[in-house]
Amino acid sequence: MSGVWVWIDHAGGKLAAISLEVLGVGRKVADGLAQPLTALVTGSDVQGVADAAFNYGADAVLGADDPSLADFRVEAHGPLVAKLAQEREPVVLIAGASTRGRDLSAWVAAELDAGLVPDGIDVEISDGKVVVTRPVYAGKLLADVQVTDGLQVISVRSRALPPAAETEGSGEAEWVDPVVAEDDLATKITGFESSAGKVSLTDARIIVSGGRGVGGPEGFEPIRELAQVLGGALGASRATVDAGWIPYEHQVGQTGKTVSPDLYIASGISGAIQHQAGMRTAKVIVAINTDPDAPIFKLASYGIVGDLFEVVPALAEEFRRRLGG
Amino acid sequence: MKVVVCVKQTPSTTAVFRVQNGSVRWDDPGGKPNVVNPWDEYAIEEAIRLQEKHGGDAIALTMGSEESKEALKTALAMGCTEAVLVADEAFEGSDTLGTAHVLAAAIRHQQDVQVAVFGKQAIDGDTGQTTIQVAVKLGWTPLTFVSEIKELDPDAGTITVERLLEGGKETVSSRLPVVISVVKEINEPRYPSFMGIRKANRAEIPTLTAADLDLDAGSAGKAASKVDWANVYELPPRDTSVEIIEGDTVEEKVKKLAERLLAEKVI
Repeated sequence: MSGVWVWIDHAGGKLAAISLEVLGVGRKVADGLAQPLTALVTGSDVQGVADAAFNYGADAVLGADDPSLADFRVEAHGPLVAKLAQEREPVVLIAGASTRGRDLSAWVAAELDAGLVPDGIDVEISDGKVVVTRPVYAGKLLADVQVTDGLQVISVRSRALPPAAETEGSGEAEWVDPVVAEDDLATKITGFESSAGKVSLTDARIIVSGGRGVGGPEGFEPIRELAQVLGGALGASRATVDAGWIPYEHQVGQTGKTVSPDLYIASGISGAIQHQAGMRTAKVIVAINTDPDAPIFKLASYGIVGDLFEVVPALAEEFRRRLGG
Repeated sequence: MKVVVCVKQTPSTTAVFRVQNGSVRWDDPGGKPNVVNPWDEYAIEEAIRLQEKHGGDAIALTMGSEESKEALKTALAMGCTEAVLVADEAFEGSDTLGTAHVLAAAIRHQQDVQVAVFGKQAIDGDTGQTTIQVAVKLGWTPLTFVSEIKELDPDAGTITVERLLEGGKETVSSRLPVVISVVKEINEPRYPSFMGIRKANRAEIPTLTAADLDLDAGSAGKAASKVDWANVYELPPRDTSVEIIEGDTVEEKVKKLAERLLAEKVI
């Protein structure tokens, strides 16, 4: 067995943001194991993606460029990656833990009966194995997990690890044929409604969240305004979603989204353990709450004890002035 | 039509965890430390709706110990028509792959199933990978992160669903059989009815073992596991102590906070 492989997620001919992180972690693992780093590029019209993978540190690019791979259908991409891995026997296969990367890594591990460790937030090399740190029990505990035998299939969570640096590397990709013919695929993708333009919570660098303290649907207005001024996304606690004040897509926490922004501003959120599970890995947490004993202050780097309806608009005004927006 | 819904008994969302001598323990201040995995409630609801619409059976299935029957009773109380426990000492310590082997065999054992439904992940292991792996082991098509079943025609053997992905909503059609995982947007799970609870408490829940499923010893359980999960530990405390920003006026406080955040380079 030899080689470290990373599967490249891409859209519109460009690397997905998570792919830079996957290339970064791939480089670290490849160097740690003294193995070459191969980027797997599967799709249609993906020469540009292959070039970008070289440019961000891949030693080699292997993949398939075919119309049947234009949409991400795991039943087309999965068997292709599984076959390549079976033939060439890499030591490690790493993907991003996006919806696509999760599906792909689970498929390949199942087809090859390989060990699978999803959702890594850190990786270290120990005795020639990749040890993956991952949250379990909804982020209330951590586990250091490793595959004990054979191919190690790993996925890493978005924004957990540093992106690869540009290397200005280049090379010739090796292209192979797809494995499953279009007629043998059971699925057809017939529509896609893009949510482009909205800032997605899981990718956001800045999140401003509101909790029970906002008092009602209209109470989210100042929160939304601050998020807009900062170019961030709007989050919410479960209580506000359950009350019907804001749609579920904004929910942060154990039964909502797990986020890891640079800045998380919690306004009127007490900080129940389920909410903490979804946001405690944020780099800087700011808590704004009238109750100085709210648990959120134990997690926060900065806190303001006060009424969010005074503090949040004032903060938006302050940043609007400073950022010139 | 026959629908199977795979469920799991997990710690409650309010459970508080600690690790003692390498073992994970939990307790719940509300007094109910174990519940049906919250994500599975949406899967149960969707299986029941499919059964109500198309007839046939909605069979709840779980792999676990005798205690896991509680999850099956919840599924029955909500309206599943049957429940099956898959339990064998040989399954203990399975990784996701071993679990997929067992669940795939148990689904095959039900015969003529056209749709198997899962919640998007279980809140204990949090892997969310079983759906795909069961589909691969069955040779069926996986459809993950489903937010709506737009159309299902058991006779024509087709299904059209909407999937909720990072960049938007995808509409995809497939031939049956399929293994789907559902997200919270798909429905509003019903509460068990009083009659349902009585029925569930009286129900005889059959148990399938490794022998019933004709499973090789090497396909599941601790010996077959390729993943070492042993090292579980409590989170290190966040290395911050909170700085409460003081000031005479709100304006003064937010000015100080803005300066701190700019200095942290997070804006």
